[in-house]
Amino acid sequence: MTVTERRPGHDAPVAPGPAPARLRAGTLLAACAGLAAVALLAVLVGPVRLAPGAVLLELAGRLPLVHTHSGLSAQEAAILWQLRLPRVVLGGLVGAMLALAGAAYQGVFRNPLADPYLLGAAAGAGLGATLAIAYGPDTSGWPVDLLPMAAFAGAVAAVAAAYALGRSGVARSATTLILSGVAVAAFLTAIQTYVQQRESETLREVYGWILGRLTTAGWREVALVAPYALVSTVVILLHGRLLDVLAVGDDEASSLGVRAARVRLIVVAAATLATAAAVAVSGLIGFVGIIVPHTIRLVAGSSHRLLGPLSLIAGAAFLILADLAARTVMTPAELPIGVVTAFFGAPFFALVLRGSRQAP
Amino acid sequence: MRRSLVPLLLLLALLAAGCGRDGSTSQEPPAAKRIVSMSPTATEMLFAIGAGPQVVAVDSNSNYPKEAPKTDLSAYQPNLEAIAGYKPDLVVYSDDPGELAAGLAKLGIPAMKEPAAKSLDDTYAQLDQLGRATGHPAEAAKVTTTMKAEIAKIVAAGRPERPLTYYHELDKNLYSATSKTFIGQLYTLLGMENIADLADKDKSGYPQLSAEYVVKADPDLIFLADTKCCGQSARTVAARDGWKQITAVRSGGVVELDDDVASRWGPRVVDFLKTIAAKAQTLEAVGS
Repeated sequence: MTVTERRPGHDAPVAPGPAPARLRAGTLLAACAGLAAVALLAVLVGPVRLAPGAVLLELAGRLPLVHTHSGLSAQEAAILWQLRLPRVVLGGLVGAMLALAGAAYQGVFRNPLADPYLLGAAAGAGLGATLAIAYGPDTSGWPVDLLPMAAFAGAVAAVAAAYALGRSGVARSATTLILSGVAVAAFLTAIQTYVQQRESETLREVYGWILGRLTTAGWREVALVAPYALVSTVVILLHGRLLDVLAVGDDEASSLGVRAARVRLIVVAAATLATAAAVAVSGLIGFVGIIVPHTIRLVAGSSHRLLGPLSLIAGAAFLILADLAARTVMTPAELPIGVVTAFFGAPFFALVLRGSRQAP
Repeated sequence: MRRSLVPLLLLLALLAAGCGRDGSTSQEPPAAKRIVSMSPTATEMLFAIGAGPQVVAVDSNSNYPKEAPKTDLSAYQPNLEAIAGYKPDLVVYSDDPGELAAGLAKLGIPAMKEPAAKSLDDTYAQLDQLGRATGHPAEAAKVTTTMKAEIAKIVAAGRPERPLTYYHELDKNLYSATSKTFIGQLYTLLGMENIADLADKDKSGYPQLSAEYVVKADPDLIFLADTKCCGQSARTVAARDGWKQITAVRSGGVVELDDDVASRWGPRVVDFLKTIAAKAQTLEAVGS
């Protein structure tokens, strides 16, 4: 269903020369404006009604050289600055990372079904989180939470294991790598399920984590993700052209002087860092890494020089919107974000798919 | 994601099963002598009514009272063979995640379902059923009478002049329980107002609240029923972003509950009521 139609040579600019699919400044500007509008909407709307004018004044008041009096109470200011804003920012970061990582994985593995969890990041993070919950020391007094660290380490270790396993195979092909990812994921999930059954009192917290959450997002989580997000973004975006070359196949790429295995390693490493950081603070949020890049492909084309930046922006906007729905549809109760991404994301994606088929 | 939804559905099914109101399959054999309890609450009830010596095994979560013969039996994934190994003449359980009831019936082992109580009356009814099934009807009646008397005493002493608002936290993701739930009714007895009631649009009784909403609702009291499961405490709550604004956090109104006592519907609800009544009174004294 999610397979985009690929005619040979259609989406693979082989030579560096003048590419048809370079990102135009206008497109980029429009996308950024869209993201800004979505973010603003998400900051203005929430379970607690804050006067939009006052919120805008309050936000403007933080700009240098601007002094305003917004009229928000201390409580309302706390809601805005410490609860709503970090949640919007974190939602954007997580969405951006998952979408970018998804696009990168799909490019590296030439597999439309690849998602950021393909090489076992989800299973590794799940095991790390479960171990931290079941056996970790009481970290309530620590400056940082153990849980996101453990999830991050688990995700990175899982992908590293999958990579090592895939490398030692006869052929260092993308397929070997995917298969070893499947094996690693299955193995880690088995351990995780076992630990979870043994320590049944941790069940509630483990499920709460796995279900995905931005509910308790704060600036601490933002600070945790931001550095990895920055590094991964830069690396993946810089490799856009090489990913386009890789799209023609490993052998063809090497004949053009591109070392496929090396590009793959670098991009996978960067995408994994992004995924692990996102998973560590938000649990497992599915679907973003699949539908956002594919939607971009369908509407804007599949060159990675275009796909990367646009996936980044669209992923951020999509998750901010999904989280907006999660916290307002049942207000003041919450919906699990994973339910929202799939519930609204799947029909939307189907529409895009239909529209692109009907187009000449 | 699809994979992670399966456990959620299971959990929901469990909850739904717990809320099922079909009562017990009371076959009531004459005074069971070898009881296996798959429910921590039933275990507490059995020991309270003096049927403890007849209990041969309890599930892995039955951690009270201490003398209960705790085993590895899992109530989440009951193993029929392991249960049958104790040669029980009565199995008590609260939820049936799979084929527990059907399997026990096949093996000819009498079973009683004592699901999560929806009100104190359910608790009293379950004590009565267990009393009759184990040959301790008089003790069961006495436990009920004592509970009723103690609760009446606490309620009489603890009615505040101004209704205190509270937030009952089930886990770190801000799942809460409304005043319609069993636990919520206990707070209502003391005249407290539940901030989660407005959030329960789908009437599940257990809505997940937004942090924004909790801060805005500004409860006088916060009760943490996630101290054991999730390591929450007055300190961790105060450290959450934006929560310092809340009256309960500023005025020492955060109460660390025992997760188990706060999630079971046995005789220890009296202890629970005492805890929250005492806290409400100290807060009243400070406030006045």
